[in-house]
Amino acid sequence: MKPRKRSVLAVASSGGHWIQLLRLRSAFEGCQLSYVTVMPPRSEEIQDSKVYLVNDANRSNCYDLLRLSIKLMRILFHERPDVIISTGAAPGCLAVCFGKLLGARTIWVDSIAFVDHLSLSGRIARRFSDLWLTQWPHLDQPGGPTYKGAVL
Amino acid sequence: MIFVTVGTQLPFDRMIRAVDAWAAGEGRNDVFAQVGNTTYRPEHIACKAMLEPNEFYETLASASLIISHAGMGSIISAIELGKPIIVVPRKAALGEHRNDHQLATARSFQKSSRVTVAFDETELVEKLRRLDLIVTPTGTSTLASAELIYTIRDAIHQPETPRRRFWLWRRDSAKSREVLQ
Repeated sequence: MKPRKRSVLAVASSGGHWIQLLRLRSAFEGCQLSYVTVMPPRSEEIQDSKVYLVNDANRSNCYDLLRLSIKLMRILFHERPDVIISTGAAPGCLAVCFGKLLGARTIWVDSIAFVDHLSLSGRIARRFSDLWLTQWPHLDQPGGPTYKGAVL
Repeated sequence: MIFVTVGTQLPFDRMIRAVDAWAAGEGRNDVFAQVGNTTYRPEHIACKAMLEPNEFYETLASASLIISHAGMGSIISAIELGKPIIVVPRKAALGEHRNDHQLATARSFQKSSRVTVAFDETELVEKLRRLDLIVTPTGTSTLASAELIYTIRDAIHQPETPRRRFWLWRRDSAKSREVLQ
């Protein structure tokens, strides 16, 4: 029997987070890929991959965060991905945190928009990320985050 | 057509007002703005609060110039499509965002050959007066750097290490899906 494909859940908010995630898609070739995002994407962007839509949230609204958490847990238990990757923001942070606790491999790519310091979501995701990346070389530190290139 | 966009999250009335005033002064009728969820409506330019993803992409693709908040979505989209773009950073002190990361983004692109930056409304109008000086990005791919792609790909395909998994999570449970290559 052939080995099964690695399953990857790619999570990002809208706008810059989403477009940066798409620029990483060649890393997901050969994987069983599903997306989680907050706005319906263009079909050309996702091709045949499954997309889950969740509500966006940020630290100022606990109710939105709770709703988002419940939706993400349901998606995680349904998909049970081997790997969860996110470019931010809050939906990705929660997905990485929950996924790590449940045993998935997790990858955090901090948004290229955060030039001077890591995003809040990125700092929270630190303890839950197997690979914790920044897109700016001057933010690379011995204890992480690590710089390994950028989306642009 | 000049396309003005404030992104999907928050309005940016300060930038819209500046473009509206400029368009009125120049007698421009080829400006279209996506203004976000705001009660402010410009008087001299066409506008809409939000655009569907396909509509947004097509509007970007047909624009001759993009004026945008300094959000990476708009910046990367413009660069990928080879469109000249002027970005104006939001300021947290004016309630335009939760933090000042757009100011840092704008500074990082200040000397870029792909993006034009205007730090405030005055500078925006100055840039609009010299449209011939706005840079046009060329030759950008739709993919991230090779090193980043390979790093992520390696991390995804690393062999599974024995580790404790929450019992409902194990892929050998009755509900797990087998997908063959």
